[in-house]
Amino acid sequence: MLQSKRSAPVYDVVVIGSGAGGGTAVKVLTDLGVKVALLEAGAMLNPAKDYKEHMWPYQVPHRGAGNDAASYFGRKDFGYFSAPTGYWDIKGEPYTVAEGSQFRWFRSRIIGGRTNHYGRISLRFADYDFKPYTRDGIGTDWPISYEDIAPYYDKAEDFIGVTGTKEGIRSAPDGIFQPSPPPRVHEVLIQNSCKKLNVPCVPARLAIITKPHNGRVPCHYCGECGRGCVTASNYSSSQVQIFPAMKSGRLTVIPNAFARELLTGPDGKVTAVSYIDRVTRTEQQIRCRAVVLAASACESARLLLNSKSSRHPNGLANSSGQVGKNLTDSTGFGLEGYIPALEGMMKHDSDGMGGGHVYMPWWLWDKKTSFPRGYHIEVGGGYGMPGVGSFGGVCAREEGYGKGLKAEIRKQYGCTVGFAGRGEMIPNKDTYCEIDPSVTDQYGIPVLRFHFKWSDHELRQVEHMEQTFTDIIETMGGKVLGRRSRGMGDTGISIGGEIIHELGTARMGNEAATSAFNPFCQAHDTKNLFVADAAPFVSNPDKNPTLTIVALAWRTSEYLAEELKKGNV
Amino acid sequence: MSETTRRDLIRSIALAATLGSLPAADAQHVHNEVAEEKKSSGSYQPKLFTPHEYQTIQRLSELIIPADEVSKGALDAGAPEYIDLLASGNERLETLYRGGIVWLDVECGRRFGATFLESKPDQQTQLLDVLAYHRHETPENRTGAHFFDWTRRMVVDAFYTSKIGIEDVGFKGNVGMSKFQVPVEALQYALKRSGMA
Repeated sequence: MLQSKRSAPVYDVVVIGSGAGGGTAVKVLTDLGVKVALLEAGAMLNPAKDYKEHMWPYQVPHRGAGNDAASYFGRKDFGYFSAPTGYWDIKGEPYTVAEGSQFRWFRSRIIGGRTNHYGRISLRFADYDFKPYTRDGIGTDWPISYEDIAPYYDKAEDFIGVTGTKEGIRSAPDGIFQPSPPPRVHEVLIQNSCKKLNVPCVPARLAIITKPHNGRVPCHYCGECGRGCVTASNYSSSQVQIFPAMKSGRLTVIPNAFARELLTGPDGKVTAVSYIDRVTRTEQQIRCRAVVLAASACESARLLLNSKSSRHPNGLANSSGQVGKNLTDSTGFGLEGYIPALEGMMKHDSDGMGGGHVYMPWWLWDKKTSFPRGYHIEVGGGYGMPGVGSFGGVCAREEGYGKGLKAEIRKQYGCTVGFAGRGEMIPNKDTYCEIDPSVTDQYGIPVLRFHFKWSDHELRQVEHMEQTFTDIIETMGGKVLGRRSRGMGDTGISIGGEIIHELGTARMGNEAATSAFNPFCQAHDTKNLFVADAAPFVSNPDKNPTLTIVALAWRTSEYLAEELKKGNV
Repeated sequence: MSETTRRDLIRSIALAATLGSLPAADAQHVHNEVAEEKKSSGSYQPKLFTPHEYQTIQRLSELIIPADEVSKGALDAGAPEYIDLLASGNERLETLYRGGIVWLDVECGRRFGATFLESKPDQQTQLLDVLAYHRHETPENRTGAHFFDWTRRMVVDAFYTSKIGIEDVGFKGNVGMSKFQVPVEALQYALKRSGMA
């Protein structure tokens, strides 16, 4: 047994996790001639079979509710038609939440991870986002600046393809953009309303191509990005990075490999990754010269904390004690409005790209507000494909039955708009994850326990969202229908983790005493250990993290390839 | 369509697309091929409800979303099948529907001396007119109102996820387009009505 392990190949790099960070690492490293093995806890993806992009609800007898009617009882993740495979709860893979906290953790187990279904929103952080402490005295500055990452934002956008327009707004730096499709009718009304309120409302920045790009076909505007795109017209790490890299001859993909522990040698460096093969439920080891963690911020923290040894009693890369700390999610709040101006409009195909064609970047960054940091606004509306639950709101409002209800649904169809705020949460000492001392998963691996608390900063921000959305709805002659989901407490703020922007659990910094990774996302304590997901983020600005994950992973991978060449790792 | 055929198709479209935007007809072709392949088939046999229960669900479906001058109703759209299928896979729904139907029959028995199904159409609607509005809720009819709420919700879901219901509301999407455009007429209409033209 030992001998067979010794004779097994030694990879230059083992990448753990195949989402935005892992996919980018695989692409950049193999392009630079590095021999890579990719471990993915889930299965191989077959888009042609697994994506349900163009299905009608009536093509399955349960219409998307699930044979067990799961969607009626709040258990159905993003719905039956959503791209595989993501869950709020995974059988046999629990996590725990400390008493007094609420937290939800969405995980994907498939090649491509959460990029198969994500919202494709691709926003650069602003220059000031990298220096929050300098600006308002709260939180911590990043050890890098906008100038350090800007060339990698360029590379990321140029490669994955991102729509947008040059706007010259400081809170939303311009990039390399694909042409934007025009706004839908309700989005034009929203733009007009925002103009009156001095809120900028600009073309959306989505990781979707609108012209042929690197052999990929442009968007065909079916509006169902969340189901996965069979023509790879939107970005998913599976289709855009991993499948092409598999053709390089330098990538070995190992699916169903659940990373358990990083094994270190006498010099403290990682020598191999121990993983459980989910099919045989046996331990395997894979040897390597360097490791790139990209399992998602919390899974990567879990793996580091579980990699304990006498040399690393607090887990690997954790001499600072920062691993698991500084956890944040974006704030979330949603409001819906009914717009009578849209009643009776000529019905037309408003599918477009998946998601809003416009969005509102933060506009009060240079103004005084009752809370620090900002938020951006995402919009919804149009003639969506009817699904289970689509007309629950009309039924609840109008009640009744018969021809009257039928006529009311017909009249109100397509007249609802929705607004979702996504804002910055500042790390606080009450929000972190740690290893639960008494619970393991079905592979015998200790699980995470979450602690989560919003502070007044976030609660005040969400109150501001509600007022702003109300103003936008009323300015366009609409009526507020209510909050999109119940949320927590009086403010209706999202439950921690629900926005699926969890990050910061192994932050980067110049000092080994206060950070786990250096500015190149290389562990201070372990020179051949790198991280390429959102764990090293120092703050969680009001911009969805994926584009920054891709840009940072790109920068880290180039650095790693160079260091490998020099023999420094 | 086999995976290989699809791959060929997508590849040929990719090639065409490098010369310009994706032709609408080709986009639609991929679209239809995928949709066709994944279409479900076969007719439905009730799994859970007794004939009496199933007929009651059928009658409720017809009353909640009837045929009108625009389209057929929930009966034609498969609402009873949908409810039976889902209730057969979920104990909470099973109890809710079976219990709800007993409640309806007991209530109709007291009011009209017959089961719900045997009651006259105007008697049936007389009871539903009470159950369908929260303002009429009383401690005595709460169970029935709760049952009706669920039935309405699921009949509506079944109807509007059917071909008939999707056509009824006028959904035009889920097709491939080579270029996204907004009809000028629609835009002008909404701008004018919003007072923000």
